[in-house]
Amino acid sequence: MSTPSRLLIPAVALLAACATPQRANTPQPKFGEPVSAAELARWDISIPPSGAGLPAGSGTAREGLKVYEAKCQSCHGAKGTGKPADALAGGIGSLASKTPTRTVGSYWPYATTLFDYVRRAMPLNNPLSLSDDETYAVSAYVLFINGIIGEDLAMNAQSLPQVKMPNRDGFISDWPSRARN
Amino acid sequence: MRDERQGNRRAFLQRTAAIVSGAAVAGGTRAADLAGEPWERVYGAGFTRYGQPSRFEQIGRHLGQPYGELAPGSGAALAPIEALDGIITPNSVHFIRSHSGTPDIDPKAHRLYVHGLVDRPLRFSVDALLRYPRVSRIYFLECSGNSSRALTPQPAQVPAGGMHGNVSCAEWTGFPLRVLLEEAGVQPQAKWLLAEGADSAHMSRSIPLEKALDDALIALYQNGERLRPEQGYPVRLLLPGWEGNMSVKWLRRIKLTDGPTHTKDETSKYTDLLPDGRALQFTYEMGVKSVITRPSSTMKLAERGFHEISGIAWSGAGRVRRVEVSTDGGKSWADATLLGEERSRALVRFRHPWQWNGGAALLQSRATDEKGNVQPPRRDWLARYSPDNRFHNNSIVTWNVESDGSVKHVYA
Repeated sequence: MSTPSRLLIPAVALLAACATPQRANTPQPKFGEPVSAAELARWDISIPPSGAGLPAGSGTAREGLKVYEAKCQSCHGAKGTGKPADALAGGIGSLASKTPTRTVGSYWPYATTLFDYVRRAMPLNNPLSLSDDETYAVSAYVLFINGIIGEDLAMNAQSLPQVKMPNRDGFISDWPSRARN
Repeated sequence: MRDERQGNRRAFLQRTAAIVSGAAVAGGTRAADLAGEPWERVYGAGFTRYGQPSRFEQIGRHLGQPYGELAPGSGAALAPIEALDGIITPNSVHFIRSHSGTPDIDPKAHRLYVHGLVDRPLRFSVDALLRYPRVSRIYFLECSGNSSRALTPQPAQVPAGGMHGNVSCAEWTGFPLRVLLEEAGVQPQAKWLLAEGADSAHMSRSIPLEKALDDALIALYQNGERLRPEQGYPVRLLLPGWEGNMSVKWLRRIKLTDGPTHTKDETSKYTDLLPDGRALQFTYEMGVKSVITRPSSTMKLAERGFHEISGIAWSGAGRVRRVEVSTDGGKSWADATLLGEERSRALVRFRHPWQWNGGAALLQSRATDEKGNVQPPRRDWLARYSPDNRFHNNSIVTWNVESDGSVKHVYA
């Protein structure tokens, strides 16, 4: 019993060493470069519901109307009625009907998503072009035309995350997933 | 025996040579009378650097541009699944789903950041990403809005790919996302990550860390060549089996977070409205599904007799174990032959021989995966959701072969 196993162990070890000569001794290569907080600040544009990362600045719906008319209305319609792009206002209370209307007001659970998305993606032909004040103001305008905030309530890093959207509790998380079939 | 056979062949060759040379001498057969089409009588075309299909096989994607010329790169270009066979989608016709067009990215200027709840925030150049040891995996990719065109009030009479072509399958080469996360050092509070693209929509999605550490890939190559711009060049995420929108293209940033960011594309879109007005969020896995691609909608059977029924099947949960085919609208089913069922989260090709006797026939396919999930009938799927829901339609598809051989899309 002892003789074959003594022979076998070195043989297996030799075989493994020949088959993968580098794997055992080569560390996982690392090619990332350190990056400073200042550099990251220019790239980190995502805003979670807590509002963490919202920039300084402020704007009201009254101020946002001018931005909206100049840069949004041609696609989203007067007062967010939509056509050719998505409607932004209306439909609150329609989700359980046979013809639901999903808008920022009726469907979106968090106001922070509005700031995040306008800043990263709008206007379609020139994103990353609005100032922070303009982004707050046009976000305030979209909330105002949905009847969620008043025309003169300033949206900023403190107030925007506090806005309670009508459909805040309308979502059921499917993760971790459950069987659907 | 062997000598005899060689001897016979030699004798045959000698006889043939004599006949041919004799004919040439006598002038009895003119060269123009010999068989040979025009392309056999001229020197062929020279080589090309990047190949194209035959001019007789001009296939193309089905374009869905809901905003028209206003935003021609917003929407989808669906794979012509009705014209393809096997399980691999050629790169030129792989489906495209983009929100703000295709960016023209210079790989020398592109970078990928990994930051947030990590020990070491890192920046990666594309050259750096190309240095990691690579793996190759065959996976399907499906937009969760695939088959939404099969939810119109009347069944659309368009080719199968025009409705169900937001699915494709490719060999993806790159390396595990886990490698970059481990290099940055994921902190214990991190439970999710935010992935963001460098397109002008900066398309972003939250991804559970569990998936990121499991089988998520940093993909650099597709079917052997560098990613096409429409597929995320120079680098994209690939999350096997999960809704395509999460496999973020043109990947520029990964931020480790303690919760989901609730981006626009995981709240206002890619959420599944239920009849009671609530919506399912974070529905990641693509349901088990199949579709017959041949024969299919808008085709016409030329004659009765033998026809092969063939199609594709897939499941986000793993391997497809079974595909059944019905030619009588689901009254009876027969097991189809599968190709590729050993691969998890890849397309499977199914084939089933069929004799068409000239009568009307309702063709259906039904897939079952290794977890026991079964593709649902259309009415069962519809009953689960709001009439407005357009995501995750994996219900059974029906093609009606009419008595003249025309194949029509019907609801059954």
